Amino acid sequence: MSAAPPSARLGVADVARLGAVGLRTRPLRVFLSALGIAIGIAAMLAVVGISTSSGAELNRTLDRLGTNLLTVAPGETLSGQKAQLPAESVAMVHRIGPVLSASATGKLDANVYRNDLVPKGQTGSLAVLAVRPDLLTAVAGSVAAGSWFNPATEQFPTVVLGDAAARRLDLRAPGPRVWAGGQWLAVVGILDPVPLAPELDSAALVGWDAATRYLGFDGHPTTIYTRSRDSQVEAVRAVLGRTVNPGAPGEVRVSRPSDALAARRAADRTLNGLLLGLGAVALLVGGVGVANTMVISVLERRTEIGLRRSLGATRGQIRLQFLMESLLLSGLGGAGGVLLGVAVTAAYATVQAWPTVVPPWATLGGLGATTLIGAIAGLYPALRAARLAPTEALA
Amino acid sequence: MSLVRLNRVSKVYPGGVTALRDADLTIERGDMVGVVGPSGSGKSTMLHLIGALDRPSSGAVHIDGYELGRLSDRALSGLRAHRIGFVFQQFHLAAGVNAVDNVADGLLYSGVRLRERRRRAAAALTRVGLGHRLRHRPHEMSGGERQRVAIARAVVGEPALLLADEPTGNLDSSSGAAVLALLRDLHTAGTTVVVITHDPQLADALPRQVRVRDGQVTAR
Repeated sequence: MSAAPPSARLGVADVARLGAVGLRTRPLRVFLSALGIAIGIAAMLAVVGISTSSGAELNRTLDRLGTNLLTVAPGETLSGQKAQLPAESVAMVHRIGPVLSASATGKLDANVYRNDLVPKGQTGSLAVLAVRPDLLTAVAGSVAAGSWFNPATEQFPTVVLGDAAARRLDLRAPGPRVWAGGQWLAVVGILDPVPLAPELDSAALVGWDAATRYLGFDGHPTTIYTRSRDSQVEAVRAVLGRTVNPGAPGEVRVSRPSDALAARRAADRTLNGLLLGLGAVALLVGGVGVANTMVISVLERRTEIGLRRSLGATRGQIRLQFLMESLLLSGLGGAGGVLLGVAVTAAYATVQAWPTVVPPWATLGGLGATTLIGAIAGLYPALRAARLAPTEALA
Repeated sequence: MSLVRLNRVSKVYPGGVTALRDADLTIERGDMVGVVGPSGSGKSTMLHLIGALDRPSSGAVHIDGYELGRLSDRALSGLRAHRIGFVFQQFHLAAGVNAVDNVADGLLYSGVRLRERRRRAAAALTRVGLGHRLRHRPHEMSGGERQRVAIARAVVGEPALLLADEPTGNLDSSSGAAVLALLRDLHTAGTTVVVITHDPQLADALPRQVRVRDGQVTAR
């Protein structure tokens, strides 16, 4: 006796068609169970996308602002008193080889008011700082309105306001005078926010010499801003303490503002992990939805299974059909989720004026995850369908 | 070589129900046979065995020379794909799928390419008198037309054996007569046709009757 004629192998296209037919005849159910997967994938992709976009924005900001800025501030003396930087410290910083520029601010013992009628206590938490004219370039700041100090204005009782200071004093444009330290100061400019030196935002800035002449400034800087060659920043950082205050290098605090920006981002990462976990839970629930749909599908389609067996389908071909259906179902959800996730990321990034970045690994990972989920969710229903004897299925 | 040969075949289901006992039956190529018996007589079991859907508990079933008991599940599937066509009482057409694609599925498991499947499906539909209904879906057709689509699906692979299980059971008498006439035409054209029915009148209209009662073949 010769061997029986074998059932033919199904081509990939045929298997895909078989899976698609099962889905096409139940569009609403397919939509709803694919939606579950889509929401999970979209949530995860949006978290990754928004976080990456925000990172790209930070990198762009840092590129613009530079990461070679170091600030020097007085620390505390051994006895816990507020330390002072020597008056000549800025000049000494200039003498360090790789230093490109050095500037400083000095805090004044004065407050700034809208006018002389404002009660003394209502300072608005605004500082008054004496500044070197090269400060603006050192901190990569920019002027929103009016102008920065020039050799003339820095000699006279004039003031440039930080962004927050201008808002608290309710000044939108230069021109009016403000009252500080018993003096009228003419507002000549208003700054944009300064990301690398946020302390300037809530300060009224006065020229170094004018501060000495009109406001009783003692000439001791309280913060030195210095830029050095990128490769030498850490080396400069190591010697700054001894350079600024050779007598008491321990009384000097040196920091790198760009590190603070990057650290804020690291803090965001913890939250991202949590959101990513939530997305993964949504995806899992979506997978359970697909499994549920497939189990019901197999129960409903006993006669179809019986018919296909009678037409010559092997167990393997029945298994393949239902597995493919599950894969298509979750794949549909995955594709929808990727589109949704990219759309959400793009919308959010556009609103924030960030660049839109969705990492390819996240997209591929999302699609890979849906394939895996489809395979796992479809496995049991497919095995059940294949186990059904043709006589039972047709009964 | 006979097309179907049952030799002292018994079928006992789990739970101890004996559906078929020592049945002997031979169907030659070109026969047209009615297997008739009341419900519970064992004729459905007979259908399953002749259709290679199940294996006997004892005895031997030969279909087209192959002994079912010796074939794997996979080989039984192959036998059904290439040698046997089924027609069911409930038609079992895929909803929302047009007539051509429903019929084309009859060739899906025999390794025929899609284009060729559709071409032969259209030819089979024309053969059963539905050449004008190729793109219609099941819900757009009458019961008689649906059964003719099902018959087209059964014969599209040109099987050696056509098995019809109560083919007129869900049809009114005129549609039933048309379906029976079609089966007769197919028989005349050379197909071996086996009709399983509880309706003695239908069976009497066929050239040969096999009566089944209480799991035994009583008249051949």
